[in-house]
Amino acid sequence: MNKMSLRFDARSQNEYLARTAISSFVLELNPSVEQLNDVKTAVSEAVTNSVVHAYDSSYKDKEILLEASLEDKVLRINVIDFGRGIDNLDEAVKPYFTTKKEVERSGMGFTIMKMFMDEFSIQTAKGKGTKVTLVKNFAKG
Amino acid sequence: MRIKFQIVGDTLYLFLIGELDEHYAKGVKEFIDEKVDQQKNLKNVIFNMQELSFMDSTGIGILLGRYKKCKKSGLNIYIENPSLAVDKVLSLSGIYEIMPKI
Repeated sequence: MNKMSLRFDARSQNEYLARTAISSFVLELNPSVEQLNDVKTAVSEAVTNSVVHAYDSSYKDKEILLEASLEDKVLRINVIDFGRGIDNLDEAVKPYFTTKKEVERSGMGFTIMKMFMDEFSIQTAKGKGTKVTLVKNFAKG
Repeated sequence: MRIKFQIVGDTLYLFLIGELDEHYAKGVKEFIDEKVDQQKNLKNVIFNMQELSFMDSTGIGILLGRYKKCKKSGLNIYIENPSLAVDKVLSLSGIYEIMPKI
């Protein structure tokens, strides 16, 4: 078992930091290029969601917590924010659904997380935040 | 993330280089729109993605936005040589139906 956590400001320049951190963390498994890209992309989607949606200007502290653990070739990731929560989860996970059409968000974030990982779940509470859990089993090849 | 352009006849080539995410979205959109607006008599816009090593769904949003804009002026958009990682995101989004891969 190995684990890590990284807490950073919900700013778009930290998306690269999150991708780099998770890539380094899974390297001990010798992942394929495709597996590594899948994980990087899913984490980027989850972090981007928190950057774009979680916090409006009324929040003073805007932070994201990235947690990861590795056990028996299973990678488990949590991307957690402490923001406003998701109003309508059923709508949010639909492909092409977005509340940010004006800034040309595609609405594909959750769809990509679901397709690129083996397991995917969301917990959200109004005014408390959102936790996205992503799991990938590297033993599956 | 960097972006370069080249014009050959009636075709605008845009070379995307590096990692495209939300942080670069605004700058990339503005660069592309400016280049498209500046050139008269354009017929095609080709996004070369050979050196784009990473893109998430932010890129899909940018491409869809450019498609809507270019369609009004009758421009064709194509995607050239996407890397494996980028190709997977593009394929999943179904975007090749409106901007074919060449």
